[in-house]
Amino acid sequence: MAVNYIYPEYEVIRNPDRCIACRVCERQCANEVHRYDEDLKRMKADETKCVNCQRCVSLCPTRALKIVKTDNTFKESANWSNQTISEIYKQAESGGVLLSSMGTPKAYPVYWDKMLINASQVTNPPIDPLREPMETRTFLGKKPDGIVRDKDGKLKNNLTPQLELSVPIMFSAMSYGSISYNAHESLARAAQELGIYYNTGEGGLHKDFYQYGKNTIVQVASGRFGVHKDYLEAAAAIEIKMGQGAKPGIGGHLPGAKIVGDVSATRMIPEGADAISPAPHHDIYSIEDLRQLVYSLKEATEYKKPVIVKIAAVHNVAAIASGIARSGADIIAIDGFRGGTGAAPTRIRDNVGIPIELALANVDERLRQEGIRNNVSIVVGGSIRSSADVVKAVALGADAVYIGTGALLALGCHLCRSCHAGKCNWGIATQRPELVKRLNPDVGYKRLVNLITAWDHEVKEIMGGMGINSIEALRGNRLMLRGVGLNEKELEMLGIKHAGEAF
Amino acid sequence: MKRIYVNEKWCLGCHLCEYYCAFAASGEDDMAKALKDITINPRIKIEEQGDISFAVSCRHCDEPLCVKGCITGALTVENGVISIDQNKCVGCYTCILSCPYGAVMPSETGAVQKCELCTKNACGEPACVKGCPNRAIVFEERG
Repeated sequence: MAVNYIYPEYEVIRNPDRCIACRVCERQCANEVHRYDEDLKRMKADETKCVNCQRCVSLCPTRALKIVKTDNTFKESANWSNQTISEIYKQAESGGVLLSSMGTPKAYPVYWDKMLINASQVTNPPIDPLREPMETRTFLGKKPDGIVRDKDGKLKNNLTPQLELSVPIMFSAMSYGSISYNAHESLARAAQELGIYYNTGEGGLHKDFYQYGKNTIVQVASGRFGVHKDYLEAAAAIEIKMGQGAKPGIGGHLPGAKIVGDVSATRMIPEGADAISPAPHHDIYSIEDLRQLVYSLKEATEYKKPVIVKIAAVHNVAAIASGIARSGADIIAIDGFRGGTGAAPTRIRDNVGIPIELALANVDERLRQEGIRNNVSIVVGGSIRSSADVVKAVALGADAVYIGTGALLALGCHLCRSCHAGKCNWGIATQRPELVKRLNPDVGYKRLVNLITAWDHEVKEIMGGMGINSIEALRGNRLMLRGVGLNEKELEMLGIKHAGEAF
Repeated sequence: MKRIYVNEKWCLGCHLCEYYCAFAASGEDDMAKALKDITINPRIKIEEQGDISFAVSCRHCDEPLCVKGCITGALTVENGVISIDQNKCVGCYTCILSCPYGAVMPSETGAVQKCELCTKNACGEPACVKGCPNRAIVFEERG
């Protein structure tokens, strides 16, 4: 090309005193950034191809490499940033929709970071979780309206099916196809060891993973990929996916190039055929229609499994959640706009939806006001980044959280946001066999177990500090939260007081 | 006895094991100083063709042909580990010819070298195992 409008975003800095030309960087870069010059006996780099996934940096045995953001700049202004200008150049060249992966990088407010947690002092004692029992076990599903006794006065079990979680954290939906076989195996094995659940996403359930069914949530999405009787029966719960936080109102499109071998068989579509999930479910245009699908799935599984309905956090989320709570669903999953994705139109990802904190607070409040909060459990996702976020989510009213991005980070993801390219150097968001094998599930599942175990310890520490010994006693306990730097309206939406205000 | 086992399924062909091996044998404490501008001659080597790769090093056989063939007694079995005394080696290379795995090779001095499970350097446990990024090389007891 005669004129190259776009300057590479990153530079590969190699310390020549440290580089031993072992060529591990070259062998490990699927983007082919590094190469060895036989004549000069030196490594070279073509930074135009670098996505800053840090694979070479992590594997370089002498720490000879680092990737830095280029300091080359257009004549920026507060209005026309380098990024904005580059995107216009890209579209002027391609004529296409901009695609991105993972959560939005834009600087929207993160309300988790504007809420502080309470602790006990003097008048109410904190609890030491290392010395006293501390309960993070929780159950998801519809809770009965009241206690029912038989004529002898004995308690009648009127409980509908529940999901039992040892920690109020689950791995959110990521399909086989969008992520690799080894990533799925890692998630499944970790969920089993931890006593929690992972979610198949809409790509079906690989036959090898039916053995983890007790810890699997299977998804029924608008494309209905991989849905059949055994699939539904294998699972602990069934999730109807109505929307996704990263791309509300948008369907999915897994390119035919990724529909190979087992992915094709698992999705039950021909090899090479594009897997297109429509934006709507074509049989759902109302809460009544949703109710039909909820009960179809319950009927198919003999009312033995809870049904989850997952929606994206959008403007009218509270009213929609109210409808879902009356549809027969047992659990509502809400996905905030900072949630991740394997591929989404950039403009949708960066501009559509609302923060999960506000959605959660409003849904919980609305369901309470309507007296139907016990109809459903609430699970939230869309950028839960730490145990502190988990505690804050529970205090705002969540029964549990979904983590997706956090789980992928544990598996090695470095958030290069290039999943849609299909060349994940960490073996996660790819189907190329030589890349998939880079994620050894023996290593991956252990790292996931470590992460959740660490978070569980931290949740217990924070709860102990508040003088609370059970996650159930923290749920919806918004007095344990205080806002900092929030305006009146935001505090009202979150239903919390400002820091400095007493009980 | 704990031995090095290689799982071809997880080998990425990154060759890091070779460099960690050469570094461990160098006796240096700085990898760049030890390995810069040299052609390494490691005791573990990656065999690769197409998409398949795996690391090969001494299996520490129960009935080692190299030890049987050694004419000077330079190769011996010590607690299951096959060791080489380079002072005794005369460089006849009978061991190289007899090893079915190609795991014995000449060193820079002319005497042979082979994997001794990092028992003679400061590494502690085998450096290739510690350095493998995908746990394709393991050091474990198998029945």
